[in-house]
Amino acid sequence: MRLLDRVRFRIAATFRRSEMDAEMEAELGAHILHRADDLVRAGMNRVAAERRARIEFGGREKYREEISEASGGSFWRTTILDLRFALRVLRKTPGFTIAAILTLALAIGANAVVFSVMNAFILRPLNVPQPQSLYALQQEDQPSGSASYPNYLDLRDRTRSFETLVAYNVIQVGLDTGENPSSSWGEEASGNYFDALGLQPYLGHFFHATDERGPNSAPYMVLSYAYWHTRFHDDPGAVGRVVRLNGHPFTILGVAPPDFNGTLLFFNPDFFLPLAEDQLLAGNDPNARGNQWIFQVMGHLKPGITPAQATADLNSIGAYLEKTYPNDVGKMRFVLRRPSLYGDYLGKPVRAFMAGLMLLTALILLAACANLGSLFAARAADRSKEVALRLALGSSRKRILRGLFTEAILISLAGGGIGLLGSVVLLRALSAWQPFPTLPLHLSVNPDAKVYVVAVLLALVSGLLFGAVPVKQVLRTNPYEVVKAGTGRSVGKRVSARDVLLVVQIAICGVLVTSSLVAVRGLMRSLHAHFGFDIANTMLASTDLSMSGYTPDRIPAMQKRMIEALKALPGVESVGLTDGLPLSAVGFGDSIVFTDNTSDLRPSNAAADAPFFNISPEYFHAAGTSIMSGRTFTWQDDKNTPRVAVVNRQFARKVFGSEAGAIGHWYKIKDGTRIQVVGIAEDGKYSSLTEDPVPAMFFPILQSPTSSTILVVHSRPGSDNASYPLGAAMRNALRQLDTGMPLQIETRDKELDTLMFGPRMATASLGVLGMMGAILSITGIFGMAAYSLSKRLKEIGIRVALGAQRREVLRAALGRAMNLLAVGSAAGLLLGVLASRVLAFIVYQATPRDPLVLAGVVLAMLILGLVATWIPAQRALAVDPMKLLRED
Amino acid sequence: MGDQAQLLPGTLDLLILKAVWLGPLHGYGVLLRISQITGQALLVEQGALYPALFRLVRQGLLKASWGVSDNNRRAKFYELTAAGRKRLREESDGWNRLAAAMASALGARPEEI
Repeated sequence: MRLLDRVRFRIAATFRRSEMDAEMEAELGAHILHRADDLVRAGMNRVAAERRARIEFGGREKYREEISEASGGSFWRTTILDLRFALRVLRKTPGFTIAAILTLALAIGANAVVFSVMNAFILRPLNVPQPQSLYALQQEDQPSGSASYPNYLDLRDRTRSFETLVAYNVIQVGLDTGENPSSSWGEEASGNYFDALGLQPYLGHFFHATDERGPNSAPYMVLSYAYWHTRFHDDPGAVGRVVRLNGHPFTILGVAPPDFNGTLLFFNPDFFLPLAEDQLLAGNDPNARGNQWIFQVMGHLKPGITPAQATADLNSIGAYLEKTYPNDVGKMRFVLRRPSLYGDYLGKPVRAFMAGLMLLTALILLAACANLGSLFAARAADRSKEVALRLALGSSRKRILRGLFTEAILISLAGGGIGLLGSVVLLRALSAWQPFPTLPLHLSVNPDAKVYVVAVLLALVSGLLFGAVPVKQVLRTNPYEVVKAGTGRSVGKRVSARDVLLVVQIAICGVLVTSSLVAVRGLMRSLHAHFGFDIANTMLASTDLSMSGYTPDRIPAMQKRMIEALKALPGVESVGLTDGLPLSAVGFGDSIVFTDNTSDLRPSNAAADAPFFNISPEYFHAAGTSIMSGRTFTWQDDKNTPRVAVVNRQFARKVFGSEAGAIGHWYKIKDGTRIQVVGIAEDGKYSSLTEDPVPAMFFPILQSPTSSTILVVHSRPGSDNASYPLGAAMRNALRQLDTGMPLQIETRDKELDTLMFGPRMATASLGVLGMMGAILSITGIFGMAAYSLSKRLKEIGIRVALGAQRREVLRAALGRAMNLLAVGSAAGLLLGVLASRVLAFIVYQATPRDPLVLAGVVLAMLILGLVATWIPAQRALAVDPMKLLRED
Repeated sequence: MGDQAQLLPGTLDLLILKAVWLGPLHGYGVLLRISQITGQALLVEQGALYPALFRLVRQGLLKASWGVSDNNRRAKFYELTAAGRKRLREESDGWNRLAAAMASALGARPEEI
């Protein structure tokens, strides 16, 4: 109650201020008049008496402050006064204010983003009850959590330290809800999954351990909330519906809670299926003890059990399994890890990457603080006269420092606020972003309260940090000296720590600018390169026929019908079929090969490890891959004729020694089958744009049939347009053959996006970091130039008075800053050129030996220097010697 | 103002209370009264009086009201509250004890020990 009263009094006091101020003024005025009355009575004339009375009274400003402090509510009142004063001062120097706020906004924003990502990936546990006792099993000698189904059952039934163990696996299936069948990603989970994790359904119900009664006994599925929202439009009637997965009927039991996205970070499954259905959908044998197809096993520890006890328990079960099944079970020792990042497999690199990133952004913030510190020092030097005057008038140093800190905190909070706002926008976009359209990968990095608190704290701390830089200066100020003699010229060290810091900043900025330009040029080049196939005028239609229930004997006929259907479309020139795609998310198979005279087919004796593609005869034509010599395939290359292959030139060189020596000759694949080379295709890029030439081979689809079906459609230029969208026509034609076929149709360059993801991200992050580096360098140079200028203002005034030209003035004022810029830029360019060699591993044809890049860097650094020194240069040129000299 | 002693810290408040105890005074009046009752022996900076006055008002030892002075000018008059009267009594006793002790100590001669 008393506290409340006091608070109320304070607030009231703060608001009654102006009234109290007026009263105080009147009272002090009355005092002076009374004293003057006495002096007049003593014989002084009125004017002189009042003057004398005022002098006797002493520093009114000082007493005013003391009075307001004495009468309570002074902290808030002083703060408000300080704030008002700080705002007024900051408004008077908008260039300084904007530069400072922007620098800090960037630094704080970067820190908020990185912290938020770290928070989401590492600090924030899974969205399940009691996540702290949830552990995943990981093998001790390798960062993998996989297990076979029988081993999982033994672990689950024999463990005494876990409540129970759940298992899950990741699966891609064709989902047919009656309209627009598509391929989707799901989690196959053991029956006890939801109950063991302690989850409640949002709608309907979950499947339970009792539903599992042997293979294929539980044709049920639970939708994720997000998938129910997008695919079923929040329809509660979806529960109870029967849909087809790979052609088999499944009943939708319910919908998972909105904030539950599976137990693996990044991977947000569309739905959950019982693990018992795996054999039907994916064909993994639940009885094979040696087949480790289960992705991860995890569970809650029993209360009071430590991870070490649980590990010992698991290891004893592992030892038992090793002994009992020596043929199928290898070394079985465990460590416990957090499930969300798949143990150490993702956990280690992610943690290392985040730690590196956090360090980098912390350094950015530190550099920003250093720059703002020198900016503040420059300002304090400029204002030394004001400070001296206030000190002389009786203001305390404490009070003046408080004012300076208020300015610093004001800037840091404004910068922090803007930075946080920007980072929230960015993080929201990141969370909504799905980098790969065919994979359910999400980065759920929405900021939470922790992020806001950290950002505000960082802002405050950095405000105090750079606000503290001019403290010594103010404490040293001797009012009489300053007022009498003007700012004394202190002769600085030849090279100060601040100079070194600035050069380092500029150099880093130079490296970043150089490498981002190199990366951008490389990206531009790679869009116009030939990779062993055509990108333009090419469309892809992909499906897996096993997903729509085709048995191997029916697949070849269906594939032929699909080719014919697409070939019949207007505008289509040729249609090829393949089971894999170079430079794509779909990928391809690869196999080791042996020379024909190798008899011991051990992997160490292999002649090469080559990607292979099972293709239709017309594929080379449709894909735009040239045949250098020999022949392509025909539909006659089938099961009844000897195995043949077309290989690329690198294959011929590597396995046969020469291209000429390859045609007509034989080699062996993994299982010892002899294969004759009938043609040689040009080399291409297969896994990445930056790879060295890779040997590759092509087999006729009829000799090695697969259900994976990718149709490459090459059309005449201009035949795909708004009035005739080829993609829709292709979908129509294929749906007429089979309405339940999941289909993915897109252009070839779209498929390339997946591959360009890495280089594009690298380029974008380099660009962003380069921008930050540039802004930091600008404020750094700006601060340093402004500071040295304010120190030498009088000297420059004298030079101007003695007839110095503009050029000499500029050299005197900015020479040091420009020297630092030149040294830093040169170092940055050199290091950037060296760094580009590393970049060449990520970005195709990234080379700094490019006049455009070099010119670009020099230009960028020049512009940077110009922007940074513009305001100080204007000030130096505007120096009026008369005014300067008169002032002292 | 001649040969005057600096105020000991904490004595100004007590002097003000004593000055006002003799009757309500405005700020300048307090100053004159202190000068009078100390026989011009103590120096009070004119401005320094006011922070002390405001502090005493805030502590509830004085209360202030506007009135008209002998010079026919508007001025703020201070008078003691009950709490102020009590405080004056306590502090005066304390000072007297301290002064007596100090006087006795400083007046001690060798033969008395």
